[in-house]
Amino acid sequence: MAASPYLPTPAFARWRKAKSTAVTAVLVVCALAVIAPLFLVIYFLLKQGYSSLDWNFFTELPKPTGVPGGGMANAIVGTMTLLAMAAVVGVPLGVFGGIYLAEYGSDLGNDWLRFAADVLNGVPSIVWGMVGYLLLVVPFKTFSAYSGGVALGFMMVPLVMRTTEEVLVLVPQSYREAALALGVSRWKVIMVIVVRTALKGIATGVIVAMARIAGETAPLLFTALGNNFWNHNLKEPIAALPLQIFAYAISPYDDWHRQAWAGALVLMALILALNITVRVLSRDRNRTI
Amino acid sequence: MLPARSSRVPDIAFKWVAAFAAGMIVVLIVLVGWELYWGSRLSLRQFGFGFLWSSEWDPVQDKYGALPFIFGTLVSSLLALLLAVPLGVATALFLTELAPARLRQPIVMAIEMLAAVPSVIFGLWGIFVLIPWLRDHLFVWLKHYLGFLPLFQGPIYGVSMLAAGIIIAIMILPIVTSISREILRSVPNLQREAAYALGATRWEVLRIAVLSYARRGLFGAAVLGLGRALGETMAVTMVIGNRPQIAASLFAPGYTLASVIANEFAEATTDLYLNSLFELGLVLLAVTILVNIAAQVMLKSMTGTGPIRVT
Repeated sequence: MAASPYLPTPAFARWRKAKSTAVTAVLVVCALAVIAPLFLVIYFLLKQGYSSLDWNFFTELPKPTGVPGGGMANAIVGTMTLLAMAAVVGVPLGVFGGIYLAEYGSDLGNDWLRFAADVLNGVPSIVWGMVGYLLLVVPFKTFSAYSGGVALGFMMVPLVMRTTEEVLVLVPQSYREAALALGVSRWKVIMVIVVRTALKGIATGVIVAMARIAGETAPLLFTALGNNFWNHNLKEPIAALPLQIFAYAISPYDDWHRQAWAGALVLMALILALNITVRVLSRDRNRTI
Repeated sequence: MLPARSSRVPDIAFKWVAAFAAGMIVVLIVLVGWELYWGSRLSLRQFGFGFLWSSEWDPVQDKYGALPFIFGTLVSSLLALLLAVPLGVATALFLTELAPARLRQPIVMAIEMLAAVPSVIFGLWGIFVLIPWLRDHLFVWLKHYLGFLPLFQGPIYGVSMLAAGIIIAIMILPIVTSISREILRSVPNLQREAAYALGATRWEVLRIAVLSYARRGLFGAAVLGLGRALGETMAVTMVIGNRPQIAASLFAPGYTLASVIANEFAEATTDLYLNSLFELGLVLLAVTILVNIAAQVMLKSMTGTGPIRVT
């Protein structure tokens, strides 16, 4: 009788084993392939960026083509300014929205709001730039720091809202009940007990959102626009690191390419610093709550 | 006695402030849609639905059509999915089923860091590292061995649809991997144990017990990745070559909805030009919202209750 391939013959068992080993090997290779780009990007950032980075980079304005030296001091300050403005728009809306989702509202309504926030989270960043343009650039007839900050701030809202809600529901119900039983009014319970308890978690969410928008270029292209000089008035265009990196990267000049790498290294360091802060904060949080 | 009535006023006010903030989510969605519609009303009136399948993009003659950009967006995103989904799912399998705990944490952290790299830095790296390598090595190799396919014919510039696909794939890998990992972790261990008890090898366990159970959720992860891929702007703009054409070859430059907006918005000279760019944005928004809703629905039905966290 001929052996059916489905009978447990030794040969078939070996074949199944071999197949399993091969798949295991493939999975390992895939995992390596996924993290390889990170190391390639970091390697070239350090290699190209570090050699182009000097003190002038942090203190000087961009120089015209052909003139050696120059830096991105204005772009660094510009990025910080834009982040601060985005936080002013995005944090209150996001945090209070999160409070509403965690403390008020009906189950069904809140499900829809969460769904809407997730959909909003998927809106491409370039679209936010167009919205900022129509909302604040067209009416005031000028590109401005405000329009860029607002566009970035809108992007923060769904992110901050979801993370705030997530940490607020972690606060034990007994805290709320104890405070309410003492006759404390609802809003004070929320602000003084609930939010206070979850403050670190909320801060973590805000920083995550800041790290996400710090590197955004597309929403700024036709709102903040970029600027080769210091911005003295938020109603005027302002420089930002991502914008400057983009402009220099697509330019034909070697000098500017070096500056682009240096800018990219600084931007990446800023984002990594934010991410490390998050890690430190959330490690503490796991211990307390 | 507590002043019962007066203490209710700040309570109600606070609730309204919170409700206002939560309601802003809905306001923002409506605002985005309305602004893009308003911005594109001229071209909507002028071209109607023909805009979607006209392939003419000629600012000099003030004639605009979206087809080359829709084509470029779809092709580059699908290429990215083709690369990122198998890699991402395989990595998720490696992380949930194989990796020793010691190795798991560093790999997860590396993937999270990859997600934190801004688009413009990928673009910079793409221009100066990836493109030269593709031009001098991979593309030459592909042309030599697979040149009989129309996909791999024609001159090699470096900047190309394929380069865009590769860079988008790198950018959506973190989200595809982390969502796939959540899905695989939700597969009950009983499934695996049952398959092992029947004498299945490791691969057979993965295939029969894990992958078939998680299929729908993994599909959701891929769709969510697609949603991200469609809207990628900066890195794509820097490597795709920015030429509005429909070419069979993946070595040929292309253009996407997002990158044409990024490139031409600031220099749009006529009202109709600007309106057409807004209409491209409207198309992009409609497609990404539909894709994202589909992904949310799929992932929600997979995981039962809690929505999967998208970071």
